[in-house]
Amino acid sequence: MPHAVAISSASARDPFALGHRGGLAKPPSALQRWLDRGFRWLCRGFGWASVFGVGYIVLEIAYKANPAMSRLGVGFLTGSTWDPNREQYAILPEIWGTLYTSALALIVGTLFGVSVALFLAEGFLGDALLSVIKRSSLRASPFWLRVPELAERVLRNLIELLAAIPSVVYGLWGIFVVIPLLREPCAWLHEQFGFLRLFSTPLSGPGVLPAVLVLSIMLLPTITALSRDALVAVPSKLRMAAYGMGATRWETIIAVNLPTAARGIFGAVVLAFGRALGETMALAMLVGNANRITLSLFSPANTLSALLANSFPEAGPQEVSVLMYAALVLLGITLAVNVLGSAILARAARATEGLN
Amino acid sequence: MAQHADAAAPARVSGLSRDPLSGIERQKLEHSLRRPRTFVNALLSSVVASMTLLALVPLFSVLWMLIGRGAKRLSLEVFTQTPPAPLEAGGGFGNAIVGTLVMVGLAALITVPVGVLTAVFLSQAEPEDRLAHVVRFAAKVLTGFPSILAGVFAYGAVVLSTGKFSAVAGAVALSILMLPTITLTAEDALRMVPTKMREAAIGMGATSTQTAWFVLLPTALPGIATGIMLALARAAGETAPLLFTALFSHYWIASQGQLDLLQPTASLAVLIYNFAAVPFDNQLELAWAAALVLVLLVLVVNLIGQALAVRRVE
Repeated sequence: MPHAVAISSASARDPFALGHRGGLAKPPSALQRWLDRGFRWLCRGFGWASVFGVGYIVLEIAYKANPAMSRLGVGFLTGSTWDPNREQYAILPEIWGTLYTSALALIVGTLFGVSVALFLAEGFLGDALLSVIKRSSLRASPFWLRVPELAERVLRNLIELLAAIPSVVYGLWGIFVVIPLLREPCAWLHEQFGFLRLFSTPLSGPGVLPAVLVLSIMLLPTITALSRDALVAVPSKLRMAAYGMGATRWETIIAVNLPTAARGIFGAVVLAFGRALGETMALAMLVGNANRITLSLFSPANTLSALLANSFPEAGPQEVSVLMYAALVLLGITLAVNVLGSAILARAARATEGLN
Repeated sequence: MAQHADAAAPARVSGLSRDPLSGIERQKLEHSLRRPRTFVNALLSSVVASMTLLALVPLFSVLWMLIGRGAKRLSLEVFTQTPPAPLEAGGGFGNAIVGTLVMVGLAALITVPVGVLTAVFLSQAEPEDRLAHVVRFAAKVLTGFPSILAGVFAYGAVVLSTGKFSAVAGAVALSILMLPTITLTAEDALRMVPTKMREAAIGMGATSTQTAWFVLLPTALPGIATGIMLALARAAGETAPLLFTALFSHYWIASQGQLDLLQPTASLAVLIYNFAAVPFDNQLELAWAAALVLVLLVLVVNLIGQALAVRRVE
């Protein structure tokens, strides 16, 4: 802030300034000026430090991955054997598993997330409660008229609560609730529709489907919060114009609100995808850690993050380098997706700014 | 809605001075689900409402399981004992609670100064400052950084160079995940300090350091504290970065009666992960009890953060 310096030095030169005669305000002493300069450099230094920190993280992983990269090359990305005993490593099944589970979870999560966002942003709950209260005898008391607003806030907090539960707890819940619950329907689906690739294997415990379901629950709060922001940012004059032309509520939502908020919602979905790719615990506990490429929802599979979680603790020096290579691949994928998502959200924010 | 418009039309023709809806008896307006537009409207509304209800089922199921299976095992013993060996009865996870608190606290010691001072820099930076843009970009990148990769980094940087799994390595991994939350929320809080307060300080001849220490930081403190609380809550629940940095331990984080940060350390999250895969009932019960304690811990820290945020608004 050169501002402050300019003002204080001007007051030092001004003969009418009180500070000059030792009155109310004094120009900063030499020590204060040095402290000021030092503190500003310190803050700037921490800024540099956090940038270098990010760079160092990436370089550290890349450096440790280097031996494996030069030994295994691109074949690491295209092969499908993982055998530490024969020193054969390749991660195509894990890359496939990461993308497949994330994409499926994203479909489920988006479907529910956007629905919940609509429910929250368009005030369905509040309106319904309000109309009930207005028709009943409760409308006289001021407390009951505040209930709809209160209910909406509670609902919003409940959805946020979903995000506060640690992923390892979701994993535990998945093992003891989701998998037993899925067993019977999945067995039936496999018997009746086993000819479909999706249902071609039986569910024998951990597998793609339980992992996907739990993952989608973890994505839902992200998608809901960001989509709701985008929907709330739709200027109400657009909405009012549609109502004024006689459109029903849903005609307005489909023709006006959703298209206007589309970019923001898309950004939310891309960011959620980035989160799904990197999510570890739910997958490590539920996906089954089987090194295979599969379309079946009931078959066990593996993902990059689950591979890292399961193999790192007991890895020898050579395998560590290989795992660092896998980590670098995961980093590349998530980084690309996240940067894309942030860029879309930033552009969406600018686009709706112009409408207000 | 469509009926509203049709019925209102004749009233409007007869004169604008009159209330356009005065000729209409509201009870006679037809709001029939047999009309396709009304039907679709009601159908979609109920679909969205039921999907919202469905989305809340997992939340209540998780809470139900936590209370049903976790609460019955809670006792004083659980908080004071160390984890049992397989087939051993009793035991607890006192060392894991201490481990979680120590590592999260250590991570906060690393992150809070860096994050808050970076935020001071960001909030004071000129709009065209290149470095500020790069720092913000770096913080955003870290926000989406997979937590397991923080563990991979700490493994490479700390575990490999010290030669053993340790609480310090775990704390380093956690601090990477806490940094962006603290930096970005602190910057927001600092920016919300009214410009006139900042200008008043500068107008009195305060240097920008004095402005930051005596005006900006005290005013923004509740907001900054909220950010720190949110980051702490997130870090306390993280498992992936601790799996192969702090590893796990069946003992207290101490050697010869002294706190020892350079040895494998237990944490609640890793305990849940390890015990979930074990076929012994005693361990499973402990896993659920630990999950309940962990969720309560995370929720309490979150609530404190939100309470601070509310105070800032008022």
